[in-house]
Amino acid sequence: MSSFFRMPSDLQHSYLGLVAWHLQLALVPVLLGLLIALPIGQLCIRFRWLYAPMLGVTTVLYAIPSLAFFVVLIDWTGQSDTTVMIPLTIYTLVILVPAIIDGVRSVPPETHAAATAMGFGAARRYFQIDLPIAVPAIVAGLRVATVSSISLVSVGALIGDQGALGNLLEDATQYHRPILAWSSVITTAVLAILIDGLLVLARRLLTPWAAR
Amino acid sequence: MNLLHYLDSFYSDSANWSGANGIPERLWQHVLYTLMALGIATAIGLPIGLVTGHTGRGGNALAFAATAARALPSFGLLVLLTLLMGLGLTPVMVPLVALAVPPILVTSYEAVRSADRALVDAARGMGMGPMRVLFQVEVPVALPLILSGMRSAAVQIVSTATIAAYVAFGGLGRYIVDGLYQENYSKVVGGATLVAGLALVTLALFWLIARVFVSPGVRRGGR
Repeated sequence: MSSFFRMPSDLQHSYLGLVAWHLQLALVPVLLGLLIALPIGQLCIRFRWLYAPMLGVTTVLYAIPSLAFFVVLIDWTGQSDTTVMIPLTIYTLVILVPAIIDGVRSVPPETHAAATAMGFGAARRYFQIDLPIAVPAIVAGLRVATVSSISLVSVGALIGDQGALGNLLEDATQYHRPILAWSSVITTAVLAILIDGLLVLARRLLTPWAAR
Repeated sequence: MNLLHYLDSFYSDSANWSGANGIPERLWQHVLYTLMALGIATAIGLPIGLVTGHTGRGGNALAFAATAARALPSFGLLVLLTLLMGLGLTPVMVPLVALAVPPILVTSYEAVRSADRALVDAARGMGMGPMRVLFQVEVPVALPLILSGMRSAAVQIVSTATIAAYVAFGGLGRYIVDGLYQENYSKVVGGATLVAGLALVTLALFWLIARVFVSPGVRRGGR
């Protein structure tokens, strides 16, 4: 059991170090993706014709396998965390943009009208009415994006030890120590389930009016 | 920016067009893995999603199972199973199926569950049994959503099947993994465009299937 947590020295990280690195590589892209997707979503709601081409572009980018994306980016950003985080950020968009649009469109028109009647400006209405009501849909998108991001980080191991917990997989193969692969898979899965649980909790706290 | 140069040298190399490592052969292998994984995932996810959606029970258990399956890292699972079982089809198929079941399961459940209750009541009132209600009313109405779940599962399989090459399997991932180790970027870029192209063809196929099989009444009434 101890070798489940004791990391081979060539990884240059403790178990918790790998976990922290993995979370950083997986979660920063989701946050960035959310920050990019919010204005894109708003644009697509304002200009409806933008939605179809937008979805087309993100879908094509999503279809590029992560490994190929990493390898091509090495030319520009080297074997670094950035190389792993750029594709992951782009992948989240194909999930987050439609989620945000669905969420904001689910705001009932009479709610919108009431806010306008109360003298809300466009910005205040967006932050205090549209976004809160869109929270369940946005969180649903964030859950899928986060879990897939956590899983994809491991592939970074193939471009020269940029996969955090995924690096364990290369060592497991090299030294033929399946326990290291178990450690990688189980830890990654547990992280994904924990973060998923946190997002569900966040949704409940952010939408106290929702029926349980 | 020499991506175009990479592409040109990949596609104009005649060695890439014939034999065991030729594009037709690799493409065919990739399509086979995809069809096999999608078939298995549909056989698991669709019946469970339809039945739970029809009865409206077990939604929580189903959501938990889907989250657990999503949480399994595909690449990690592939390496682990290969270490445990040796090279073979199973270590490649399990991660792909685990990836594809959640979208199929969740969307088919949601789709059947959200079928118009008035339609279902009318069907019951006409004396239809549960089987006929499911297959003649709920499934046709839910079909666009069910297909969209299968579509996103298929695209993810196409893209992820590339990692099979890491454990010495075939498919289009061969170009990407071999190109990585040989520092031959034109192979990587060429392989990536083939995978992305296959994903787009998959999207187009599903669009076509929806055009043919979704009842015109549902298409007009729905979104």
